[in-house]
Amino acid sequence: MTEPLLKMRGVKIEGRSDETWNPIINGVDLTLARGEVLGLIGESGAGKSTLGLAAMGYTRDGVRISDGTIEFDGIDLLTASAAVKRELLGKRIAYVAQSAAASFNPAHRLIDQHVEGPSQHGVMSRAESEADGMELYRKLRLPNPDEIGFRYPHQVSGGQLQRAMTAMAMSCRPDLIVFDEPTTALDVTTQIEVLSAIRDIVDQFGTAAIYITHDLAVVAQMADRIKVLLKGDEVETADTRTMLDAPTQEYTKSLWAVRSFERPAKPAIATGAVPVISVQNVDASYGSTPVLHDVSFDMHEGRTVAVVGESGSGKSTTARCITGLLPPTSGQILLDGEALPASYKKRSKDQLRQVQMIYQMADTALNPRMSIGQIIARPVQFYLGLTGAAKRKRVDQLLEQIELEPSEYYNRLPSELSGGQKQRVGIARALAAEPKFIICDEVTSALDQLVAEGILRLLAKLQDDLSLSYMFITHDLATVRAIADEVVVMKDGRVIEQGPKVDMFTPPHHAYTDLLLSSVPEMDPDWLTNLLKERGVDNVGDAAVDKM
Amino acid sequence: MILWIAAVLIGMGALAWVFRFAGQAATGNAPKFRDMPFGVAYGYILAVLVVGWLIWAYFQGRSSDTAIANKFFFLRIGIEGFIIFAIAAWLFRLAGRRVGTAWSRKMFRAMPLTAAFGVMIILIYAILAIFAGLLAPYGQEQIIPGVAANITPGGDPALGGNPDFPLGTDQIGRDILSRLIYGAQNTVGIAFATTLLAFFLGGTFGFLAATFGGWLDQVLSRMVDVLMAIPSLIFALLLMTIASVWAPRLGIPLTVFMVIIIAVIDSTRVFRLSRAVGQNIVVMDYIEAAKLRGEGFGYIIFKEILPNATAPLLAEFGLRFCFVFLTIAALSFLGVGIQPPLADWGTMVRDLSGFVNYAQFAPMAATAPLLAAGAIALLTVAVNFVVDWMLHKSSGLKE
Repeated sequence: MTEPLLKMRGVKIEGRSDETWNPIINGVDLTLARGEVLGLIGESGAGKSTLGLAAMGYTRDGVRISDGTIEFDGIDLLTASAAVKRELLGKRIAYVAQSAAASFNPAHRLIDQHVEGPSQHGVMSRAESEADGMELYRKLRLPNPDEIGFRYPHQVSGGQLQRAMTAMAMSCRPDLIVFDEPTTALDVTTQIEVLSAIRDIVDQFGTAAIYITHDLAVVAQMADRIKVLLKGDEVETADTRTMLDAPTQEYTKSLWAVRSFERPAKPAIATGAVPVISVQNVDASYGSTPVLHDVSFDMHEGRTVAVVGESGSGKSTTARCITGLLPPTSGQILLDGEALPASYKKRSKDQLRQVQMIYQMADTALNPRMSIGQIIARPVQFYLGLTGAAKRKRVDQLLEQIELEPSEYYNRLPSELSGGQKQRVGIARALAAEPKFIICDEVTSALDQLVAEGILRLLAKLQDDLSLSYMFITHDLATVRAIADEVVVMKDGRVIEQGPKVDMFTPPHHAYTDLLLSSVPEMDPDWLTNLLKERGVDNVGDAAVDKM
Repeated sequence: MILWIAAVLIGMGALAWVFRFAGQAATGNAPKFRDMPFGVAYGYILAVLVVGWLIWAYFQGRSSDTAIANKFFFLRIGIEGFIIFAIAAWLFRLAGRRVGTAWSRKMFRAMPLTAAFGVMIILIYAILAIFAGLLAPYGQEQIIPGVAANITPGGDPALGGNPDFPLGTDQIGRDILSRLIYGAQNTVGIAFATTLLAFFLGGTFGFLAATFGGWLDQVLSRMVDVLMAIPSLIFALLLMTIASVWAPRLGIPLTVFMVIIIAVIDSTRVFRLSRAVGQNIVVMDYIEAAKLRGEGFGYIIFKEILPNATAPLLAEFGLRFCFVFLTIAALSFLGVGIQPPLADWGTMVRDLSGFVNYAQFAPMAATAPLLAAGAIALLTVAVNFVVDWMLHKSSGLKE
């Protein structure tokens, strides 16, 4: 056995807040052999990214490595001089960030940013590196590999940008790449392309990698070994297959169990029942760009309609038409069989009350200067006219419904809540209006799996108690499987297929539904390999071209 | 001369290199010295030289030979003032950490020294302005009978001072200390009122433009562009000249016109800021949620937008206050601002400005106009320190 590439021993990392140093990582060991891929998983706040960055001998501002050793190929990164580190970073250790769109400099072309590393480190000349870059783009199956480098970051899609970033990390043929959630921001069909591209290129060059993610199914495809982190401590480390088949720790088992939540199918809708909301032949456009074409579907009382599709398919635009933010150019929205005015400005208070919305980003959906109590109390007072003690009582009741202790949370500000709690407050605000129909716009996509599951269970319980109707916008099919009664599949502003969930998940499907369904990562480590074999690798590339 | 400068720079470069090398050798190559860029080493050497020169100059200023001491008089006063204020601010912060409510103690604990200095100065000015009538030993217009005009500040009879008038008297025999204290009331009070009015106008229209958008935004923004295209001091001067003709006819004090004119001109800057801040807030989901709830514009502007815009607006308030204050002082200096015999710092600087010529041989006499100028400078610096601190706090940066 040769010496491992990366050896971290007893690493402790602290972050500074409120004048004191608080531990982020409490003594974690990590060993990585050459050419090995290690998956780091855990919830947000578990310290995955911090540990990943520490593997490069780097910490963010306000964070320090207080103890332990980090050895890369025999070089102690903690005591190495700045000059030695400069020589290593970029050349032998590279980093791929979560959001490629935010990490590329928007003022320079891709290839110009690509050649910086090699020419700076003197690995290759500019021209050589450019040619090599195109070669890498080809290997990563980017469309038009010879030309794409001459585009600016905003001219290519998110998935392509992520691959371009991987190419950039590869430009000096490093020994180690740290991938920090490279596919989290992408939708399933794009994710597949990026995953397979990353996996192939890591294989080809024998690069070791640390792959950070909170998605178990993804890590199962990528990693040879998996390390589970919880609040800065290691829970367990094992070979991918061993870990998936027989996790030893309770926490790991609970992570695995998340995906098992599924609601029983409901009886068929009675014929002749009036839908709560009915979208009828809606066309809509932003300026002169048409985005929706003849969209029609119904939503019935006490049921959940999941609207799925990749980004840009018109899911959120449909929601904007229903709420009246974007008046449709033709077609109409019916509430309880009666037509709603196209613009929200013309709707009556009661019509507005019936249609509520829960947003994707709870951070921007709650006014940061209002307390939780005030946020929830406003619709109570506004729609129902309750004041004083009656208002307070109703707010307490709502807080109990979303499982937050009223006395503790009433006076808190949104910034004092976790992501999942904020999303709960968003739910309470929608409930406060006592609506019939709630639009949930990607409500769980910004949350960890365990937290997201809690939110889904809460929504399901509320639906049973209050017989609410949900329109559930999502690109995550696992969520659909968990909560939906009916499914509407959208692509390019059209409804491709719709029907009860059971029908949607049993073949035969529309070709696009099939692509979506088969793209959802499964826990089986061979899933990606089998899928690619099934599709033939080139199909994946075609899908990318299709998206452009 | 150029050769001299070049020689000093190169000498410092060599010193910097030696300093870094010595540091590396002495500490056994500690990371601090090992990774120190040459520029940083050079900076250390430069700082040492500048501090050394200041110490030397300070002791020159205390020399018993008056010819030499006079040369460094103002530098000496500056250094002494700096140290005294620093100590005072430190003590003030220490006191703030001990007494007061839990909230104020917590605030003082997290406060940098510069902000403590700013808060202290602003508090002192506020007390002076509010209790001017009680604190000032004489009236602002009072020509003290039997006392000569032009008594030198300092209160040293040997240098032409009078211990009864520690800051001296002006050309017609009014006590400068009293006039400075009343000046705080007049100048600062009027500046405060003007800034409030400017914020009321600019803020309201700015948020309206951000929320409504469309043609209202266009009309308001273009009007503001037109106002901003004219150099503000000259514009104010022009309007003040017109107003000074109208004021007696209408029977309204000229000061009221001045407040309105400066407020309107300054509200254009506030408009731009609040419109920009407002536009960033208007796109948030919680505003969309409020709109979909069916809320009116009043609720959206005052309950949803305004609380989220307070931090940048407060910071701007501090800065704007300084500018308004300087504009008033400048207008008074030019003779169209606050009218005599009301005490005003700008006017005081103008009236006593002739004494600056004595700076070379009788520095004490030259201090007379600088007292009012210093009062202006001190408040401006203090307000800016506080504003910096608030901006830093609102930006959420740590350290």
